[in-house]
Amino acid sequence: MVRVMHSPVNFSQFPDQGGHFGRYGGRFVAETLMEALHELNEAWRDCRHDPDFLAELDADLARYVGRPSPLYHAERWSRRFGGAQIYLKREDLNHTGAHKINNTVGQGLLAKRMGKTRLIAETGAGQHGVASATVAARLGMKCVVYMGAEDIQRQAINVYRMRLLGAEVEPVTSGSRTLKDALNEALRDWVANVDDTFYMIGTVAGPHPYPLMVREFQAVIGRETREQMLAEHGCLPDALVACVGGGSNAIGLFHPFLNDSEVAIYGVEAAGFGLDTGRHAATLCAGRPGVLHGNRTYLLNDDNGQIIETHSVSAGLDYPGVGPEHAWLKDIGRAQYVAVTDAEALRAFHDLTRIEGIIPALESSHALAYAAQLAPTMRSDQRIVVNLSGRGDKDIYTVAALDGIQL
Amino acid sequence: MNRMTRRFQELRRTGRKALIPYIAAGDPHPDQTVPMLHTLVQAGADIIELGVPFSDPMADGPIIQKACERALAQGMSLRRVLELVRAFRRSDMETPLVLMGYLNPIESMGYDAFVADASEAGVDGVLTVDLPPEEAPELAERLIAADIDPIFLLAPTSSIERVRRAAELARGYLYYVSLKGVTGSAALNVAEVTEKLAMIRTCTDLPLGVGFGIKDPLTAAAIAQVADAVVIGSALVSRMAEWADDPERMRREVGAWLSAIRQAMSVASGERAVL
Repeated sequence: MVRVMHSPVNFSQFPDQGGHFGRYGGRFVAETLMEALHELNEAWRDCRHDPDFLAELDADLARYVGRPSPLYHAERWSRRFGGAQIYLKREDLNHTGAHKINNTVGQGLLAKRMGKTRLIAETGAGQHGVASATVAARLGMKCVVYMGAEDIQRQAINVYRMRLLGAEVEPVTSGSRTLKDALNEALRDWVANVDDTFYMIGTVAGPHPYPLMVREFQAVIGRETREQMLAEHGCLPDALVACVGGGSNAIGLFHPFLNDSEVAIYGVEAAGFGLDTGRHAATLCAGRPGVLHGNRTYLLNDDNGQIIETHSVSAGLDYPGVGPEHAWLKDIGRAQYVAVTDAEALRAFHDLTRIEGIIPALESSHALAYAAQLAPTMRSDQRIVVNLSGRGDKDIYTVAALDGIQL
Repeated sequence: MNRMTRRFQELRRTGRKALIPYIAAGDPHPDQTVPMLHTLVQAGADIIELGVPFSDPMADGPIIQKACERALAQGMSLRRVLELVRAFRRSDMETPLVLMGYLNPIESMGYDAFVADASEAGVDGVLTVDLPPEEAPELAERLIAADIDPIFLLAPTSSIERVRRAAELARGYLYYVSLKGVTGSAALNVAEVTEKLAMIRTCTDLPLGVGFGIKDPLTAAAIAQVADAVVIGSALVSRMAEWADDPERMRREVGAWLSAIRQAMSVASGERAVL
């Protein structure tokens, strides 16, 4: 029997017209971008409930991306903890190897409808860049991906993948030369080329409507999980766990469950070398509210409001901001945000690989590491769903280097 | 009547167009900012936009980005910018100063603390690049209550509804961004600017400033014929960077260069004091 307790907040009513989740979100951009955001919002509003658009999207998700992704019971790994049963939502099995493609397929269709001919994107680890370049290749559009010069060094394989797919990878040398600077540069490009260019933001951050739009494209993860759990077990999971950088895989899993208050929700941030070292990327755990990249949200910034550099072993979590909906969910207490260190994530990476034969992305390994802490505190008839947001092939050089192995 | 209103009234009387140079506070060195402000005034600046350096200046081109990075590397912050304003006010009580920057340093300080401190220091206007009118009322109301002008940007893509919205909240002047792009971009189409300014004038009586893409006496003179104020940023900042190692020389070169622009504008707009 399904027991559904409705919470006092109706989560499907957020954000408001201006893109606000409580005090977070909104549109904090220069006037030069406001009209472009308005145009995007109108186009998105028209497509969002259009049966033709949704049918095309569903067909692409099924035949191009490979959805639905399986919900896999990691039985051997669960047994280790003697507690809750852990299920993995296998976003790593998607085309291009991560959840990012759910969003780029959707935004690509929207760009096509809007008559845009050029796609731009920012990328950190390169997963969103690859997913954008993939969609651009398929749609026959030009694609420019902005990537921090530091990240280009760290992620050579993804850079080459993007170039193979026909994208231009533009190194960003300003600021800290990482993801946040790539985002700045993509915004600058968009301001100068609004007429023919569509900006594909890869996470649930940025000015409205991006946090809403990306959430809707990623919510397929949570909708499938819900159906799969109900079909197999006749009940909802007891807990959801996902890693949070910008937070798109997490909100994708969480959102369809927000109104089910009996489902506990955990977002896992990157504690890097440890929260007390100051070298981490745990925005919600250790930051405070501010405004960056078009939205009000939690940020890692100094006493003067300057954004500070972050650290995580996982490039995809190495970002000083976070999606505004997560900021709000934290404040109202609907989701708990925790952090695990590089070392804990690496342990989970190795364990899952050896015990289940699945090499997880370092980002997803953070979620796995927290699930490993959570499971023993729960009963063996309870269930945790972890979003396995990507596969770890891209990370093998990083892991090998940390283990002192040269490939 | 505040300093800004007084300044625009004087300008109107003589038919003079406002020259508004922009420099990033603390670039190339915090010690040189106040002397440079005085140089700008001597060279004919009517109002000055003082950039508040931010780690992520997303609407700025490479020249101003680098200026911000240099200033931040010297420990510049919003609080220190306000100290520089205070120091400037010790010898100049006439020239309006506008702080131009991004919202996060202000959020971080807190709106009330910032407005109180800015007012006490002698700030006349605040232009927050990433704060469009929709999100601005909270800050704008506090600024207006302290008699500080909230300045807003308008763009080639701004619809008449958006112009009206900005005009409602704005005080001092409206700043029209003359091209699609970031600060320091190249091309400037005077005919397009003229047309857009005519549309904006149907919505407001506020003075209209034009910036982005103005880089020499020729472009400044052309804009002076159609706008009330001409803003010069990147071209000035890059000139300062050229002479950063020699502060005396920097002030001399920048002063001479800005005077030439002032002269060209005054001739072009038929300023009575000059004729």
